[in-house]
Amino acid sequence: MMESWEAVIGLEIHAELKTASKMFCPCDASFGGEPNTKVCPVCLGLPGVLPVLNGKAVELALRLALALNCEILPRALFHRKNYFYPDMPKNYQISQYDQPLGVRGHLEVETEEGSFRVGIHRVHMEEDTGKTVHVGESGRIHGAEYSLEDFNRAGVPLLEIVTEPDIRSPEQAKAFLQELKSIMEHLEVSDCRMEEGSLRCDANVSVRPKGSYIMGVKTEIKNMNSFRALQRALEYEIERQIKLLESGGEVVQETRHWDADSQMTTPLRTKEYAYDYRYFQEPDLVPLELDRDFMERVRASLPELPSQRRRRFREQYGLPAHDARVLTSSKAMGDFFEEVVRLGAPPKAASNWMMGELSAHLNAQNLEVGQIPIGPAHLAELIDLIEKGTISGKIAKEVFQEMVDKGEMPNSIVERRGLTQISDQRELERIVREVVETNPGPVEDYRKGKTQAIGFLVGQVMKRTRGRANPGLVNELLRNLLDG
Amino acid sequence: MEPIYLLEAWKVREMLLRRELTPREVLQAVWERVREVEPRVNAYITETWDAAEEAVREAEKDWSQGKDPGPAAGLPMAVKDILCTRGIRTTCASLILENFVPVYDATVIERLKAAGLTMIGKANMDEFAMGSSTENSYFGPTRNPWDLGRVPGGSSGGSAAAVAAGEALWALGSDTGGSIRQPASFCGLVGMKPTYGRVSRYGLVAFASSLDQVGPITRCVKDCALLLQLICGHDPKDSTSLPEGVPDFLASLEGDVRGMRAGVPRELMGEGIAPGVKRIVVSCFEVLEDLGMKVEEVSLPHLDYALDAYYIIAPAEASSNLARYDGVRYGLRVEGEDVLDMYSRTRARGFGDEVKRRIMLGTYALSAGYYEAYYAQAQKIRTLIIGDFRRAFERCDVLVSPTSPTVAFRLGERLEDPLAMYMSDICTIPVNLAGLPAISVPCGLDQGLPVGFQIMGKLLDEVTVLRVAYALEQALGFRARPDSSKGVG
Repeated sequence: MMESWEAVIGLEIHAELKTASKMFCPCDASFGGEPNTKVCPVCLGLPGVLPVLNGKAVELALRLALALNCEILPRALFHRKNYFYPDMPKNYQISQYDQPLGVRGHLEVETEEGSFRVGIHRVHMEEDTGKTVHVGESGRIHGAEYSLEDFNRAGVPLLEIVTEPDIRSPEQAKAFLQELKSIMEHLEVSDCRMEEGSLRCDANVSVRPKGSYIMGVKTEIKNMNSFRALQRALEYEIERQIKLLESGGEVVQETRHWDADSQMTTPLRTKEYAYDYRYFQEPDLVPLELDRDFMERVRASLPELPSQRRRRFREQYGLPAHDARVLTSSKAMGDFFEEVVRLGAPPKAASNWMMGELSAHLNAQNLEVGQIPIGPAHLAELIDLIEKGTISGKIAKEVFQEMVDKGEMPNSIVERRGLTQISDQRELERIVREVVETNPGPVEDYRKGKTQAIGFLVGQVMKRTRGRANPGLVNELLRNLLDG
Repeated sequence: MEPIYLLEAWKVREMLLRRELTPREVLQAVWERVREVEPRVNAYITETWDAAEEAVREAEKDWSQGKDPGPAAGLPMAVKDILCTRGIRTTCASLILENFVPVYDATVIERLKAAGLTMIGKANMDEFAMGSSTENSYFGPTRNPWDLGRVPGGSSGGSAAAVAAGEALWALGSDTGGSIRQPASFCGLVGMKPTYGRVSRYGLVAFASSLDQVGPITRCVKDCALLLQLICGHDPKDSTSLPEGVPDFLASLEGDVRGMRAGVPRELMGEGIAPGVKRIVVSCFEVLEDLGMKVEEVSLPHLDYALDAYYIIAPAEASSNLARYDGVRYGLRVEGEDVLDMYSRTRARGFGDEVKRRIMLGTYALSAGYYEAYYAQAQKIRTLIIGDFRRAFERCDVLVSPTSPTVAFRLGERLEDPLAMYMSDICTIPVNLAGLPAISVPCGLDQGLPVGFQIMGKLLDEVTVLRVAYALEQALGFRARPDSSKGVG
């Protein structure tokens, strides 16, 4: 039955812009710090203060809007979005409304199954709010004894990216967000740290019978703070909606909260009435009229985007499409790869290590490149050791584990632990002879034509050398001895 | 000779320069006057004795070293309590900010301090500048020094009353729909609203951001030009502040007005204008003609809708600007069951009736389903009014009218009738909507109470406005002061 339904998904992404100062005041915009230490009269919303737009924020926003193929409005406006919330100092948020910076863009996303295009409804700038900490046993607003406000984040510049409802599956949603994140990293527009909240994603989801053009009733899903959470939450929600509709029920338009512990979405609050934000043009700011020169300068200064890098990786390094895609999924991965190659590693070997051992390690530890104690020099040296035959591929994996934990250089690990591959023919001959003498059974089997028995014998040699024997040489010596 | 506290600021300045007076003597004279009349006038919310003392000490030190402490030094000034002053509470005449002490100075205060500001007090006003009588103050009404039974106008009524009563030599006010010019008119003073963007709004507690402007209230046009000079100029902290350079206002006063054309908008001389006021204003037209100016009737048809548009736009902006007074970070907090309840209780207690009325009006006008009918419509009227002014100024150098349709009314007279109160701004509101400069100059007495003559100018053309005002003032030679029969002579 599931197959007869189609999901319709639109995403709303918030990314903190990587500016030194806040959007409307000179306060430090960096993450962290003691509560209320990165504040001033302006971002605290004291009586009489006025906002002054951060030009860097505009430039970064423009970069992304251009990279997403948006039309840039010649006269963008700021509006006030009015609602009361204790962590919002002015009780209105300066945002953009009917004339945002960029509109009608699109992004082409490549996946294993081919590529798809997602329309970008709009890209706009707004200011972030502060943070409320509820003090009490529950940690949530209900049952809190009191609440504390931290305004360090208040006024940090945000970009909001709203897609058209062009996404059809949780996998697509994840792929889109990964591509967008990678673009923002390449543009150096945002740090995109989901765990610090510098990249946030909400989704609007509905389902409809396949082939239908009518939109179903949608729900809005919040609190998905990882790619995995996005995919899982959407899978859950789509299934929930289909089950509801198939059993004759109706989807209620509401905001739902993804709970990672229970792996469920639950209603956040039923909107008995729609919020009325009473938008009106911000009278304290003048319209943003970007002059053509500035726009062209920013356009010309756009760095290489992931899609371009992907193409280049295929052409310049001869990598398969899959490798190129994985290695450009984040700027850090791509940079890491290029540096390993620059240090002398063959591209495909570098790619295999990064997509294999390195990715496995990162995924298992839930870390990113840059958060581990090794850099490109480590991997390049490791590959070099294999290439030169100093260590075997098997030993290399051991060395990798050790270096990735402690950051020790592979050369030093190999030396300290005496892992150098034994390619000394005389020494290996001695060991091979011993193995043949002590294992008459398998030797007999081999000679009777059960050639696979040689595997066991190779294994015995490896065991005695603790894996250090050059496997090619061992094979050769064994065959010579047994066949001769 | 007149007592020191009633002298024009420029005269006192000259006497200080000639060492005929010391800053301390001036402060002493004004201070004694404050003690004498303040209980009857109630011009101040907070008297800033320490700040004035310190400014005078600094000024005397400079004088003794042969240095000029600046053009504002030793000239006691009243500052409307809507301008943020570091370390000195700034209440906006509201309970909600009764104990609010700013951590920073408004840009105009910063500039005046550099010029030697001698601030003597934070002046009373209508709460958050909403009102035309200074009766909407948590700290009680200010009374008109000409007649203590009457209002001084508003919302900068405390500033005007202080200057008229001799409790300050000059003052700063703010003008959103006439809040400088109307009280200046009611108190027989000069009051000017500069072009929107001429004076920084940074540190001016916002009422209606697209209309608010800081300006002087003084005893004569020359003082007005002097004070204006000190507060004008681009401020990078205010995005709406204009980059244009500031002309020498004082030097421009003496210029000739011969051949200039003054338009009289028919819409501002209609039936709402009291006959006595009209008679005096019309007599001023003749004075202008005697000065060689041409005075002719013009029509700005959309001014008929100015009041309506204003009472949508100003409350709409106010509803948003005043949202920050929520009890969370500063100001009054009345505890409640939860945060929403705390908000409600705080704002219910902290704001007065008129402020609540305007917050409700503005919230309504911006609401979904009403926005188009009210706010969007009002913005269209605003655009049409700007067009009307532009056309009139193609022909005229200035436009002239009464400042207020009536002389000062009695305390309580219009409190129960907001519409009658709103009508007192009918002549002053249009230039706020258009962002233009305008001045009110005292031009005579009707029933013993001052009448103000309004001169409106082109965008950024304060020079012409001041020149015409100065010419008229000199030609009229109007020198009346309050007397002690009903006032504080």
